[in-house]
Amino acid sequence: MFTRVEPGSASLSGGNVLDFEGSPVPFRSGDSVAAALLAAGVSPLRETPVDQSPRAPYCMMGVCFECLVEIDGRQNQQSCLTRACPGMIIKRQHGARTLR
Amino acid sequence: MSSLRDAIVIGAGPAGMTAAATLSEGGARTLVIDEQPAPGGQIYRAVERNSDNASLSAVLGSDYADGAALVARMRASAAELRFSTSAWRIDADGTVWTKADGKVERLQARTLVIASGAMERPVPVPGWTLPGVMTVGALQIMLKDAGLRPCGRLVLAGCGPLFYLFAAQCLEAGVSDLVLLDTAERANLIPALRHLPKAVFGHGPGYLRKGFSLMAALRRRGVKIHRGVSNLRIEGAERAVAASFRAGTHTMRIDLDLVALHEGVIPSQQIARSIGCAHRWNEEQQCFLPILDSMRETSILGVFIAGDGGGIVGAMASAHTGALCALAILKRLDKISDTEFASRKAVAQQALDAHLTIRPFLDRLYRPRDEMLVPADEVVVCRCEAIRARAIRDVVRRGCLGPNQVKAFLRCGMGPCQGRMCGPTVSAIIARETGQTPDATGYYRVRPPLKPVSIGELASQYEED
Repeated sequence: MFTRVEPGSASLSGGNVLDFEGSPVPFRSGDSVAAALLAAGVSPLRETPVDQSPRAPYCMMGVCFECLVEIDGRQNQQSCLTRACPGMIIKRQHGARTLR
Repeated sequence: MSSLRDAIVIGAGPAGMTAAATLSEGGARTLVIDEQPAPGGQIYRAVERNSDNASLSAVLGSDYADGAALVARMRASAAELRFSTSAWRIDADGTVWTKADGKVERLQARTLVIASGAMERPVPVPGWTLPGVMTVGALQIMLKDAGLRPCGRLVLAGCGPLFYLFAAQCLEAGVSDLVLLDTAERANLIPALRHLPKAVFGHGPGYLRKGFSLMAALRRRGVKIHRGVSNLRIEGAERAVAASFRAGTHTMRIDLDLVALHEGVIPSQQIARSIGCAHRWNEEQQCFLPILDSMRETSILGVFIAGDGGGIVGAMASAHTGALCALAILKRLDKISDTEFASRKAVAQQALDAHLTIRPFLDRLYRPRDEMLVPADEVVVCRCEAIRARAIRDVVRRGCLGPNQVKAFLRCGMGPCQGRMCGPTVSAIIARETGQTPDATGYYRVRPPLKPVSIGELASQYEED
C-alpha cells in the first residue's frame, strides 16, 4: 500500500525496529508508529468495541482516533501522534480496553 | 505550580509560530505547546527534518520549504517551546492543563492564542470506515513526515486546492497508477465566477496561476480524471477494494488498493467550543466559525484565535492572523505604544487582506455536494459508535431536539474521537430534518478532557503540587 520515496530509508538491518504482534517492523527515524505500521502493510490496527469492525488510520493528525493501539503495555494510544522508538512493543486492540 | 505567563499559544503551525515569535520579540513571556514532536503544524510538517532532503523537497515544492524560515524565526525568539504536549483542558481564565510524557501540568497565562488550525471535513460516504480509506491530508502527512508514498492503484476522490496539489505531488513522488474522482459540482462554477473579479486583486492571481499549473500538470501527465463524480461508494469487506460512483450519466466501478477522500477543511472547533467561545454558522464555508472581533479576540476576553481555526484562510494568511493576535496582546500588556500598534496592525491587516481575495471564489467553487453534508440513511456518521444517518433521523423524528439529545439517545459523538468526526454531520442532519437554521440547531457541548488522560497521569500532578 505504501513505499518509501527513498528506497532503503527503513530496513531491518538498522537499529530502528519495533515489534508488532511478535513481528519486527522497521521504521525511518522520525516516523510515527502509525506510519511505520502502514509502511509494513499492517491492517487493520484495531477492531471497534461497538461492532468489531476493522479499522486503520484515517486522518494521521490526531483527530479520528482510528489508529488506537497498545504501546508498551499502555492501551488506547494514538499511534499517529507517537514517535516510533527502537524496541517498542505494539499490539493490536480487539474491542474495548481491558481493566488491569 | 508554574508562574504566570503573558501568553500561551496552542499550536505551532504558521499562525501559532507567527503569534509566538511576534509576542516574544515584543517582550511578552510566551509559551508554545504542540501535540506534534516538531514545529510546523500540518502544512509545514517535518519541514526542519526535510530541509536537507533533496528528493522529498523536490516532491513537496517551494511553498512547503518556505515554512522553514518561520520555524527558524520562532526558534530564534525567546518563546518557550514544548512539543509532544497535549492541552486536554483549557479554561476561560487562561488556565491550560497539559499532558506530556505521562505527566500532567497546570499552566497559567494572562492571554491565550488558540492556533489549533483546521481538520479535513468529514466525508461520510458508504464504506468510509474501511481500512484502506484515508484522507488526502493523511497521505500528504505520510509523505512529509515519513517519506512514504502510496503504491498500487491510488484513487483520490474529492476536490479543492489540497486535492489537486497532492495529486501533482503524487506524480512527482513516483505514483504511477493514479485515478482522480473529481467531486466538484459543475453547477458551482457560475456562482463561483461572481467572485472572480475580486480575485484579480492582492495575491489572487498567484493562487489562480498555481491552481491552473497544477491542473495543467495533471493533464500533461495523462492522469485519468473522472469529473462531476457523485454517489461515491467504497466497497470491500475487510478493506477497501473498489469504488463505485456516477460520473455524468455513467455509473462506474474501479478496483483500487488505497482511496483518499477530501472535501476541503474546516476549523478544529474542539478547544474553542470547550472554553465556551460563541460560534456562528458560515454559509460560504459551510461550517461553524468562532465569532471574532477585528483583532481575532473571541467572545471571551483574553482568548484569541489565530489561523484556520477562526475560519479557513490558508497558510500564508494564517501567519498574518497570528501577527494580529500578538499585536492586540502586546498592546493590552502595554508592551507597544498606540502608534506602533496602529502602524503594525495596518501592515498585518493589509498583508492578510491580500491573501483573502481568492477565498470567496474557492469557497464557492469547491462547496461540498449536499450528499456529503447530509448523507443517505445507510451511511455511518459516527465512526466510533457506528451510528448511521438513519438512526439520527429516527430520533429527530421522535422529537429529539438537538445534537446533545442525539448524543444522549444514541451515544453518537461519545466514542474516542469525542464527536470530532461526526459533529458537523450530526448538526447538519438535524437542521435539515427540523427545518431549523444551523445556528438554532447548534453543536455538541464539548467538555474536557479534550484528550484521554489516565487517573495515573492526573495523580502525577498532585505529587508535584
